Amino acid sequence: MRIQCMALITCLLAGAPVYAQTYVIRNGTIMTVAKGTFVGSVVVKDGKILEAGPNVTAPVGATVIDATGAFVTPGIIDCHSHIAIENVNEGSVAVSSMVDVRDVINPEDIAIYRAMAGGVTTANILHGSANPIGGQTLVLKMRWGADAHGLIFEGAVPGIKFALGENPKRAGNPAGGLGANAATTARYPATRMGVEDVIREAFNDAKAYKSDWDAYDAAVAKGEHPIPPRKDLRLEPLKEVLEGKRYVHVHSYLADEILMILRIADDYGFKVRTLQHVLEGYKVAKEIADHDAGASTFSDWYDYKEEVRDAIPYNAAIMQKKGVVVSLNSDDPELMRHLNSEAGKAMKYGGLTADEALAMVTLNPAKQLGIDKQVGSIETGKDADLVVYDKFPLSDYARVQKVLIDGKLYFDRDKEIAGQEAKTAEMMKLIEKEKAAAARPAAGGGRGQVNP
Amino acid sequence: MNRLLTALLTFVVPACAQTIFIHNADVFPVTGPEMKDTSVLVQDGKIADIGPKLVVPKGAKILEAKGLRVYPGMVDSGTELGLTEITAERVTDDTAEIGEFMPQIRAIASVNPASEHFGNVRVNGITSVMTLPGSASGQLISGQAAMIHTDGWTWEQMEISRSAAMQIPFPTLGGGRGRGGASAESPGGGADATPGGVGGGFAQQLRDYQAKIKKLGGFFEDARHYQKAKEALAGKPGFKPDLKFEAMLPVLDGREPLAITAAHERFILDAIKFADEQKVKLVILHPRELGKAAAELKAKNIPVIFGRVLELPDKEDEPYDQAFTLPLEAYKAGIKFAFGTFDENQFVRNLPYQAATAVAYGLPYEEALKAVTINPAQIWGVADRIGSIEKGKVADLLVTDGDPLEIQTKIVHLIINGKEVALTNRQIELYEKYLGRP
Repeated sequence: MRIQCMALITCLLAGAPVYAQTYVIRNGTIMTVAKGTFVGSVVVKDGKILEAGPNVTAPVGATVIDATGAFVTPGIIDCHSHIAIENVNEGSVAVSSMVDVRDVINPEDIAIYRAMAGGVTTANILHGSANPIGGQTLVLKMRWGADAHGLIFEGAVPGIKFALGENPKRAGNPAGGLGANAATTARYPATRMGVEDVIREAFNDAKAYKSDWDAYDAAVAKGEHPIPPRKDLRLEPLKEVLEGKRYVHVHSYLADEILMILRIADDYGFKVRTLQHVLEGYKVAKEIADHDAGASTFSDWYDYKEEVRDAIPYNAAIMQKKGVVVSLNSDDPELMRHLNSEAGKAMKYGGLTADEALAMVTLNPAKQLGIDKQVGSIETGKDADLVVYDKFPLSDYARVQKVLIDGKLYFDRDKEIAGQEAKTAEMMKLIEKEKAAAARPAAGGGRGQVNP
Repeated sequence: MNRLLTALLTFVVPACAQTIFIHNADVFPVTGPEMKDTSVLVQDGKIADIGPKLVVPKGAKILEAKGLRVYPGMVDSGTELGLTEITAERVTDDTAEIGEFMPQIRAIASVNPASEHFGNVRVNGITSVMTLPGSASGQLISGQAAMIHTDGWTWEQMEISRSAAMQIPFPTLGGGRGRGGASAESPGGGADATPGGVGGGFAQQLRDYQAKIKKLGGFFEDARHYQKAKEALAGKPGFKPDLKFEAMLPVLDGREPLAITAAHERFILDAIKFADEQKVKLVILHPRELGKAAAELKAKNIPVIFGRVLELPDKEDEPYDQAFTLPLEAYKAGIKFAFGTFDENQFVRNLPYQAATAVAYGLPYEEALKAVTINPAQIWGVADRIGSIEKGKVADLLVTDGDPLEIQTKIVHLIINGKEVALTNRQIELYEKYLGRP
């Protein structure tokens, strides 16, 4: 009894909703993404998908989730998000590769819960776009209730954010001034030319740094005892990029700058893992495919700033047709909650199939993040990250009913609705309590708005 | 010869008065039940006839529509269409004029008919929109909003109602208001208006807030004095019209409603009280909650225009689906409502999907469809012309292969103001161009 109690308490402390049960999601339309769509069931055991098919063997004692008339998809993966972190931009320097969003994870950000209730199970959490070379990024699972460490997607390759165009130029053009004519506080670069130079200079440094370390490592391997080079926290992540141990995610818009970053990568011998936003990607889809870079874009955003004047909702479809692995991302805590219907727009604009469109928010982002062995489709052995929708999910008529992460039921709409009254009552009680203590000044304004 | 050809062409393709015969469709008039295998005749810009056995007039363009559906064009009740091109570039943004009381400002004459947004929203079935002048910080009256078609060579051709409403950004507690009124991104004083939230102390903020409402009321009083003076002096020598007060007369006469942005219960209730005291018509724009104001809105028959349904909850501790269920809450309370996009023109084309989201969270489908067709027409005083498929109304029609609120539905033909409009735009041209790039 005591041991059971302890286990329960540990479980509660860890924030897990319930420890992994065995589930059979029965009689739904299963959209596996990788293995077709069929009416059938999914068996979940020990956090993994045990079996999925028209006819499955349900393990004894499995909890049944009736999905009659409903649709089951892999958990949604958002390849571009800024939720769950305290800060987004370290904008004071043009190269901020030394900073890491890992250090500012905020597991209590309500956006995690809201995203999860919208079917998102995994998200790529990026540094902002204030600098040509930004901070280090990481992949989180939306395990609402877990602590900062508990959110981290184990085994995912870490990344780094680069940014081209208007955003990194902004600090070089303060208060509307232009480049060299601006106030003395202007930060280099102020033009796209400068953005290219900053990145080339950084990789020039990183290459030399890597060669110092390679020489040192070679000498050590020969049994010599050389003095190690000085560790450089700014260049260390770029060295990892050159070694293929860290993925480069590049915020980019215009065709010229997309081509520019691909050529820098070619020259220094690394790969651009994903082009983010990449709204003119459709103009250079061939070059993107040739470089084997992924593209993560918006479904239909346009005209919010000058560099997206030529953004078209057919971008995803064109790039896909030209051989690029394409994902649709949110970059926004609200849009994140309905990436399923955002994928639906890829069917409308460009005529992709439901499977191709759904892959853009599941398997394709998994491939881009190097986690497609674990997540992204409904296949035996993969993490049981699953979403149950009440209707065809590539539509705004669809509503998320249930979400499982690692085989645990994290969201159940029926329970959510049933619990809302109690939550409201609790909130009112807290407000009354706060009013009673009104003499004290209220706490400060909370976390500021971020401008990714 | 050339002249003859030109004359002939002019005769064959009349500039505006097309005759279009939509043959054998399923017609969804919105204001009445579905009509199977029915034809719609469009003549002189109007819906000339609807029925199962109509005679096709000579020279009519026949659109075979067996198995297709016909809906009225959709209406977005809150946009900056024609006024703003690129959101972040002020030089392309003509919303939010300077000045505290600016009722004489009118959106209509600044509408750029060549704005690329029109082409983008049209192909998704949005045939008319309210274009708002937009509010600047500290402003009390922003100007006249216009109801326009999303197609036309000039703003005069696009006009449905040049002064459909007078936009007012209702004062808020705690700080100023950003351009364009309340929004999730920049709630200004609205969402953060908690006691002790912003400097100055709550009591001081409340005094400032009440002073602003009083000042707004003072302007209305002045306008009423002007109205009386004008009645007494009109036609007499020495009378000089005042453009600001002239613009207020339709409001005072009850011909033009106030469109007041009020996000929260307190402000909605105070806006209702204000309109009551001034004895003017009221429409509430972009409420983020209804609360106790719902009963008042119902009792006084005041409609509301919801912003995007796909929005975050207004407050951190509200249910995750708070914004999704707000239209349902209004429906249950018996409030008439429509949808607007607000904030950014790039989202206007998603209007039907916003309505669909409300359906996913409990709103009856018919109510969602009304909220993008007949409801806005009624709310903005143009239901005699648009909002449904009825004989005599302006022909704003969608011929579709399904439900217009569904993302996957294709619009097969589009008719605006009685003319068939090409289902293309610059984005589609770019698509075709680059799809074919070697």
